[in-house]
Amino acid sequence: MQWTINGQVREAEVDFRTSLLDLLREQFQLSGTKKGCNQGACGACTVLVDGERINACLALAVQYQGREITTVEGLAERGTLHPVQAAFIEHDGFQCGYCTPGQLCSAVGMAGEFERGLPSAVTQDLAAADLEWSRDELRERMSGNLCRCGAYNGIADAIAASLGKEVVR
Amino acid sequence: MRAFDYHQVADSEQAIEQAVRRRQAKYLGGGTNLVDLMRETVERPQTLIDVTRLSRDIDETAEGGLIIGAAATNAALAGDARIRSRYPLLSRAILSGASAQIRNMATVGGNLLQRTRCAYFYDVATRCNKREPGAGCDALEGFHRYHAILGTSSSCIATHPSDMAVALAALDARIHLRGPEGERQLAVTELHREPGERSDLEAELQPEELIVAVELPPLPMAVRSEYRKVRDRASYAFALVSVASMVELDGETIQNVRLALGGVGTRPWRAWRAEAALRGQPATEATFAAAVDAELAAARPLPGNAFKVELARRLMIAALSQRLSDARNGGDA
Repeated sequence: MQWTINGQVREAEVDFRTSLLDLLREQFQLSGTKKGCNQGACGACTVLVDGERINACLALAVQYQGREITTVEGLAERGTLHPVQAAFIEHDGFQCGYCTPGQLCSAVGMAGEFERGLPSAVTQDLAAADLEWSRDELRERMSGNLCRCGAYNGIADAIAASLGKEVVR
Repeated sequence: MRAFDYHQVADSEQAIEQAVRRRQAKYLGGGTNLVDLMRETVERPQTLIDVTRLSRDIDETAEGGLIIGAAATNAALAGDARIRSRYPLLSRAILSGASAQIRNMATVGGNLLQRTRCAYFYDVATRCNKREPGAGCDALEGFHRYHAILGTSSSCIATHPSDMAVALAALDARIHLRGPEGERQLAVTELHREPGERSDLEAELQPEELIVAVELPPLPMAVRSEYRKVRDRASYAFALVSVASMVELDGETIQNVRLALGGVGTRPWRAWRAEAALRGQPATEATFAAAVDAELAAARPLPGNAFKVELARRLMIAALSQRLSDARNGGDA
């Protein structure tokens, strides 16, 4: 089986039961992606597949063969932190840090969804072509990532700052 | 998780061919429910047939509706501009369910066939008729705050968890099926069974039959449709009660109405009785209250979920009142 992980083609023969999360952590020693609940409830395992965020714990590795997978290890470019990573440091977007890799990947995926015009449950006008950022939009769209330390205010500030746009309301 | 064999298929024909040949086969969509259940050993398929490469297209139908390939993701469906403008309650229902990550994975076919989140169904150390027919039900005298009040039986009170399916029920969506015997269609309101004595049998599907598409008929009044959901936290939680609603007025008379409920039924609950009591009647609060009471007269609450009767009552009346003011203000919009 073959996957492209953080730009590198990687191969392994694994049991069909292996989740994408266990493949990353156990097979390729990419332990940045965290195992929290292992049942799709906490978002700690969030990675990007072809740019879209998913829960790696619910994904069978075999199902994602040939896909481009980006983990937290792949966000920085040539030693320069991704803007979301830098913003998490600037705005204290973490305490213990366990949920952080998932929060970071999720925030990157979320920004892409917003750019593509995907609405959320709190978007007032579903038919509108242009979306407007708000704190409510940000929080709703990040609700799949739990932080048991409760660092949500810092996380929301960091993500808002990383978007490079003013997030009001 | 028990060991299994895995096959990826390119189309529905291959999928069915594989399913017929393999023992204990299950179709695999996004895996957001099935993989979880396999990990808990609630589901123990010997073969998984990956159907995520089947059609995920969303196309116009000759009648003016839309047809959605069963492998379309929940996110793709919710984000489709045609669905957002013509069937907004469907976008709203999907967006109010799960998380963005899960909506990116989950398929339309899989969403319809997802299984209940009843904690006793999940916990193999407890008794559950759905897992093991005849074993008994520990939810009846257990923690059943999230359980059903409509369509229940003495053997099962598990709630159907889908938000999307509630919107599809209100829209009279049609399910396109393919099996070894060929193709057929089914109204989405006929897809899910009430538990009766066999709560393990959930869908009216034949062995190896596969959902290949979901068709939305044209429905002008759906432009002003809504999905309201009440839950224990503001996001990423299953419904305590949800209501899909749309109303068409002729002057002050209710000409047409659709109502469906989530979080309260053993299956996505189309409120047929309430609709019958509303159609042709004056659009007043009194009519709404009588219709809602007609629907909820069949409710069989238990101590832990009795609050849902009043919650469903208030939510349905609020939804109908909102639809009424929208219809009055919206004109022909």
